[in-house]
Amino acid sequence: MRVNITVNGILYQREIPCDTMLLDFVRQCGFMSVKRGCDTGNCGLCTVWVEDVPVLSCSYPAARADGKRVTTLEGVQEEAESLGRCMARQGAEQCGYCSPGFIMAVLAMARELDNPTDEEIAHYLEGNLCRCTGYASQMRAIRAWMKERRGEGEP
Amino acid sequence: MKLVNKAIPKLDSGALTAGKGVYTDDIAPSDCLVVKVLRSPHAFARIRESRKEAACKVPGVVCILTWQDVPKIRYTLAGQSYPEPSPYDRYILEQTVRYVGDPVAIVAGVDEACVERAIKLLRVDYEVFTPVLDFEQALDNPVVIHQEEDYFNHFDIGGAPARNLVASGCEGEGDVEGELKKCDVVLDRTYYTKANAQAMMETFRTYTYLDYNGRLNVVTSTQVPFHCRRTVARALGLPMTAVRVIKPRIGGGFGAKQTLVSELFPALVTMRTGRPAKIVYTRQETFQASNSRHQMRVRVRVGAMRDGTVRAVDMHALSNAGAYGEHASTTVGLVGHKSIPLYAKAAAFRFSYDVVYTNTMAAGAFRGYGATQGCFALESAINELAWELKMDPAQLRLQNIPRPGEEMPAYYHEPLSSSKLEECIRRGMELIGWEKKYPGGPISKGKARGVGMAITMQGSGISGVDTASATVKLNDDGYYTLMIGATDMGTGCDTILAQMAAETLNCPLERITVDGVDTDHSPFDTGSYASSTTYVTGNAVIKACKELLEQIVAEGARRLKIEPEQAEFDGEQVFDRLQPARAMTLSRLAQDLVVGEGTRWLTATASHCSPTSPPPLMAGFAEVEVDLETGECQVTDYVGVVDCGTVVNKNLARVQTEGGIAQGIGMALYEDVQYNGQGQMLNHSFLQYKIPCRTDLPEIRVDFRESYEPNGPFGAKSIGEVVINTPAPAVVQAVFNATGIWVRSLPITPEKLLMGLEKLHGKCQRDAV
Repeated sequence: MRVNITVNGILYQREIPCDTMLLDFVRQCGFMSVKRGCDTGNCGLCTVWVEDVPVLSCSYPAARADGKRVTTLEGVQEEAESLGRCMARQGAEQCGYCSPGFIMAVLAMARELDNPTDEEIAHYLEGNLCRCTGYASQMRAIRAWMKERRGEGEP
Repeated sequence: MKLVNKAIPKLDSGALTAGKGVYTDDIAPSDCLVVKVLRSPHAFARIRESRKEAACKVPGVVCILTWQDVPKIRYTLAGQSYPEPSPYDRYILEQTVRYVGDPVAIVAGVDEACVERAIKLLRVDYEVFTPVLDFEQALDNPVVIHQEEDYFNHFDIGGAPARNLVASGCEGEGDVEGELKKCDVVLDRTYYTKANAQAMMETFRTYTYLDYNGRLNVVTSTQVPFHCRRTVARALGLPMTAVRVIKPRIGGGFGAKQTLVSELFPALVTMRTGRPAKIVYTRQETFQASNSRHQMRVRVRVGAMRDGTVRAVDMHALSNAGAYGEHASTTVGLVGHKSIPLYAKAAAFRFSYDVVYTNTMAAGAFRGYGATQGCFALESAINELAWELKMDPAQLRLQNIPRPGEEMPAYYHEPLSSSKLEECIRRGMELIGWEKKYPGGPISKGKARGVGMAITMQGSGISGVDTASATVKLNDDGYYTLMIGATDMGTGCDTILAQMAAETLNCPLERITVDGVDTDHSPFDTGSYASSTTYVTGNAVIKACKELLEQIVAEGARRLKIEPEQAEFDGEQVFDRLQPARAMTLSRLAQDLVVGEGTRWLTATASHCSPTSPPPLMAGFAEVEVDLETGECQVTDYVGVVDCGTVVNKNLARVQTEGGIAQGIGMALYEDVQYNGQGQMLNHSFLQYKIPCRTDLPEIRVDFRESYEPNGPFGAKSIGEVVINTPAPAVVQAVFNATGIWVRSLPITPEKLLMGLEKLHGKCQRDAV
């Protein structure tokens, strides 16, 4: 089937098998930040946005994104830069393999929730697994980043 | 120190947080053949016939290989130094399959769809045998798992394949039985730990191609590039010079990638077809057909006097190797070696072990490597002992642990060259509020809380075996390239080694470029495992940098026309000590060294191998809350205080500790690789095999008490593995203090707690499950 999907502002018109998942589609377009971590849709590594809403691209058919706007980490580099820096300051990226999906989820959370509590943050990001960090450093990074966004922390 | 002992971001953090395509599958050429493996549905069987005619006809399929098509060369997949202590008990494909998931056929084609279709069309007829699934029934079972005639061990590890025995041994000192008789209290307890999945986020993956010289290039997510080169060459019957291994960025390993899980399949396809090939494991394959932590049963007999002095420790471990013997004898060794030495006052100790084959997935390396299982068993027994003696378990430790400088008979009689374990225990008690909270009990009608603790040690590399080399080059503009064979798998070793190099060379971190790993140009390193990189490779880096400094001074002196003894280098310039104004900047010298007459490109290489393995030490404290109606257990607080010598990078050491504790809590509460009666794995996805997610964990608290290790680089020891060991015994004790139930078989499930509570109900006795 033929789809028209805009990924990070670029229109991709492609002929694809109808069972293609969005994850494979965006990687075939060269957006390598999007990673597969499981076969069951519960690790969060493949998180991208469709029309600004976070979805798991491993279980989101590319056909469903036809005519829609898809955003991967490559498309929000500027917005993600300060969060990435806060993560690096805590060593919170470690192997880095879950970082892109995690960052997309955190950015989506920041758009959705106003000054979330620690509990709300943990709940929002519950579906983003990480095996390296034990999550504490990620939490420190998020807190520092949110402080920075409110103009309280050092940039 | 300007750079060591600081919180410095990882060198690759920018690329990783920007989502750059830097991992194996991101950089694989687009024309790679897709490789997949048909796997055995039976736990133990012999292939009568495999028919591939129909599968071969699928358009796009290029290559199908079955057992008849592979070299008959035995090898081990364990990434260990040669000669490996693991038995050579594998073929790439074999007529006999020994667990559900064992490879039966390799299929390669132009895309995933055609390969999957072909796999469905392969017809394999099996003669199915009764499997041995229970590791307690494996020894001398009439069913013999390895009957091959070309089974091979480099040296005796106490194995007897006809008995399903991979390895066995016994060591100790003193009269254990005699000492036990003299003790006021003797405890005899048996503990069980389960197979756990390493569950790194990046699954196994490899791509291979032939270069313009016809050499096999293997780009792979591995912890052991040099061992990988040697084993790929052996298994394919190639000379080692014909193989090159490259390690890009790695999405976690935790030991899983110290076994060559995925490399040989695309390598063989590339050799047969001449075409690039890649394999990317699914999560299911990663759970089902790779390796896990060794499941163990550990019996502990420990004797002590009324005053709490531990006089004798006797441990026996039965370890489940699964279908193949990778890491079998070495993992089990650490059960005793890394637990008993902490009770150095014991007059006698003994540690014996048997490792058996079963028809389950082979075990391998997982962070902690046997020390974790040993720590769980012995520390639990010590906690039970403290309860029997009505002593505070923390005090009991403080009374028995070796002091700095004291000899540890059970640790090859090595002296404890550096230790702040006592301070770790005291600091942990303070942070968790031990005096106030110990032991615990009901807090309301349906809830109870308790605290628990444990101590542990690991090593810093394998003494006398692990070897690292480092090369440092002065480039033409006064910056340096640090070349290492150690493999950063996300842990940040590129960064901490650059910190050590910059500290030694007295330059900013920005002036160091780290390069690794490519077996064609990286200096030899055994790889990143056994907590060796900081300690072993770190020392090699310092040596190489010091050698380079000497060369810089000598070349600078030559140009200043003075004796080298009179010259000094401050990191920026070489100058005359007697007339400091006479100087030559490093960048000028570096330019001078590569142009015109008298050129000499400065490079220094050094190797390091340590005769000792100084133990990092740790005390862990857990607080749990148990719901007495549902049996659910939540860790509400965890404190880890670590002595890893000098903390090289404050952030990375902290994250290592937090991450290790999280994995340990997973092991304590959830993680359990399970099989059904046919040997099929039941939990091969993240839906079924639970790893802790962020709402399961408290915000883990970490502190350091830094000793100075005289043999370590800048006083450092290791950190990577020691951090996973304490949660299981500490959480078990906390659960006991909350509920009165000793859980001696991990994980601590709600079912076990409810059954235990039911047993307790009406009985005022504390009981075990």
